[in-house]
Amino acid sequence: MSCCAPGTEGSLEFSRASLIMPSSEELMLASRSLTPGVRQTDLSVPGVHCGTCITTIEKALQAEPSVQHARVNLSTRRVSITWAEETAAGRTDPQELLRVIKSASGYDAHLFMNEEEAADRLRTQLLRGVAVTGFAAANIMLLSVSVWSGAEAATRDLFHWISAMIAAPALIYGGRFFYASAWNALRQGRTNMDVPIALAITLSYAVSLWETMHHGEHAWFDATASLLFFLLIGRTLDHLMRDRARAAITGLARLSPRGAVLLTADGSREYRSVEEITPGDRVAVAAGDRIAVDGIVEIGESELDVSIVNGESVPQAVKPGSVVRAGTVNLTGSLVLKATASARNSFLAEIISLMEAAEGGRARYRRIADRAAQIYSPAVHLLALTSFVCWGIFGGDWKQAMLIAISVLIITCPCALGLAVPVVQVVAAGRLFRSGIMVKDGSAMERLAEIDTVVFDKTGTLTLGRPQLVEARGKPAHQAMAAAIAAHSRHPLSEALRAAHAGPVPAIDAVQERPGEGVSVETAQGEYRLGKRTFACSAQFGSRISGAVSEVVLSLDGEELACFLFEDELRPAAEAAIDRVHDMGLVAGILSGDRESVVSSVGRKLGIASWRAELTPKEKAEAVAALASEEHKVLMVGDGINDAPALSTAYVSMAPASAADIGRQAADFVFMHESLAAVPTAVDVSRRAARLIRENFALAIGYNIIAVPIALAGFATPLIAAVAMSTSSIIVVVNALRLNRIVKVSEIAASKDAPQAKPAAAEVRLA
Amino acid sequence: MNMLIYLIPVALALGGLGLGAFLWSLKNGQYEDLDGAAWRVLDDDETPVAPVEARSLNSPQSGK
Repeated sequence: MSCCAPGTEGSLEFSRASLIMPSSEELMLASRSLTPGVRQTDLSVPGVHCGTCITTIEKALQAEPSVQHARVNLSTRRVSITWAEETAAGRTDPQELLRVIKSASGYDAHLFMNEEEAADRLRTQLLRGVAVTGFAAANIMLLSVSVWSGAEAATRDLFHWISAMIAAPALIYGGRFFYASAWNALRQGRTNMDVPIALAITLSYAVSLWETMHHGEHAWFDATASLLFFLLIGRTLDHLMRDRARAAITGLARLSPRGAVLLTADGSREYRSVEEITPGDRVAVAAGDRIAVDGIVEIGESELDVSIVNGESVPQAVKPGSVVRAGTVNLTGSLVLKATASARNSFLAEIISLMEAAEGGRARYRRIADRAAQIYSPAVHLLALTSFVCWGIFGGDWKQAMLIAISVLIITCPCALGLAVPVVQVVAAGRLFRSGIMVKDGSAMERLAEIDTVVFDKTGTLTLGRPQLVEARGKPAHQAMAAAIAAHSRHPLSEALRAAHAGPVPAIDAVQERPGEGVSVETAQGEYRLGKRTFACSAQFGSRISGAVSEVVLSLDGEELACFLFEDELRPAAEAAIDRVHDMGLVAGILSGDRESVVSSVGRKLGIASWRAELTPKEKAEAVAALASEEHKVLMVGDGINDAPALSTAYVSMAPASAADIGRQAADFVFMHESLAAVPTAVDVSRRAARLIRENFALAIGYNIIAVPIALAGFATPLIAAVAMSTSSIIVVVNALRLNRIVKVSEIAASKDAPQAKPAAAEVRLA
Repeated sequence: MNMLIYLIPVALALGGLGLGAFLWSLKNGQYEDLDGAAWRVLDDDETPVAPVEARSLNSPQSGK
């Protein structure tokens, strides 16, 4: 059920359907106490998308007696609820709030990772800076126009003084971002784009002030202020782009649990946060819960979904004595574990240390703008100095020489260069955002444009990590019976079987589940069994299937009635995406932790010849590092905890929204839709963005080639400087906006000639 | 030229008014949920919500 017509919702699709509702204790832990007895909970509801959703959710929540206030934020897709701990009806169960949201709107709500307040403050500061410099630039320009149109003597001086007074606070308030960044770069002995910017605005202000004091004719206050205004716009856009992506990523469900239920010595149950769990504690894990710490099973039998931890697609059976790892999901039975490591020392911690050891491509990468500045700023400063010295020696008038040097600095101040990169990247990121791809920062797009190799993880990346029914043998009535029995089990194969069956199913009850074996039910006709062949059939046949396929058999009193074959479902558009990757001239490979037979079958299906199976997290990272040492620039696409070290080793990395928390954090790109088409799309848009950035640089340099001689010759009055600067900035921005058009046209072309013969896939040596 | 004495302050004051209004609205949380605001305006029976309270709920830790 949804609040709107079907099909309109789902701007975000989630691949892993088994989103677990956080427990009451976990919600309690995540809520904040506002005043005694009143708490606030922030929830992410990715489904909300329209006005009706807002009112439905807010009304339903406000109807609850415990809720004092509820407000939906549609931009961030979050709900914040203030609620009382105690009402007339007794203690409040925070899980009830989630149930209210679910029943009113049909959307799942979940907790999200809480951080990012600092980033939010920077956004506000930048916006204020833009407002202040915009005000200053507009007013100074007003006064400057009067001067240019012929204000004389005392009036001109007055106007210059007023301009100086407006510009000074704007320069300090808006310029601090550039000063801070330039100072940081200089202190580390480097130079970036902010160094020439900071120098130009400071010098132009100082010289203008000096001129004003001496009743000079020319002052550059307008250039100073409007320069700052343009550059701050670029900086703010850049920040907003990253902000939006970050908000979308943190809005995803948190997968690692915050805590677990502890069994204390006196037999009572107590919910504790993961940090408080120490080795030796006994932890109760219900079916469907994610395991919080490493441990050994003490009581109970079950099956674990380990796909996100080591990439294995088949659930692993556990019994007392088995070792379990944090992050796995308990599927069928309840367990009691003995914790063997605290959360800080668990499997996840190992992975984090591997990630820290990996020196990824991003650490060595220098932004294209900074590389340009490295050549640009010394050249410009040298030019200004030379013109100062030359005009001083040959012209004899040192004051005139100073003015010319300043006008060279202002004309060459990388206003267009400062906008050239961020504007293109903001347009490109917005374009990717609409396709459900989040970009963490601009440098990721620059790196993605340079890759030559794509390495995929298998489980959860090329496949969805959930089985799909590929073949059903047996009478329809028996298939319906199997679906009815399967509805009582949380095993992934049962869920797939149930989902694949359309039509009515017979009603059954009193189902018994045997972990690792299957489900049985006593009926009037006899005992039905659904599960492994060895469990369902009394007569023992050797398993007739092998490799990537899993089998489930339905039997009545030991006689086989129906048989179902399952395969791990490929991500939608996986074949087409791999074809496009090959078409782009990129080499594709698979690095998986799963068994060899499964990986080879997926590789064959997708036309990827080079693959490696049964890799540990460390081996994955090493394989990526080996490719990098052969001068390959690798894009790693992966989702599991075991992929995280490889993701941070790779030159650039990408993860689906269903990935483990740590994988999403390590990746540069996160794609929200199920379709794997996100990978070639991101590469394509990044490449186009890179081309536009180069074009913009060429435009900016071309402008300098024309403008610098004018300045050197001493013809650059403030009026000419203002006109030249604005034109170059506008040209660069307009050129960046072409990206939207280019991508649209190319998409139409691609959809027309998509089923073309593809070139033979090049191979990459992964070993 | 004497009119400049009050025209310039008037021009600056008007600009300042705009700047002040923007800074106030930014601080007040008017830009916290632009998409939501677009929808809320169409909502008929809205129980009034004090904007200051809404802000403190949406960005409780920003410490403004």
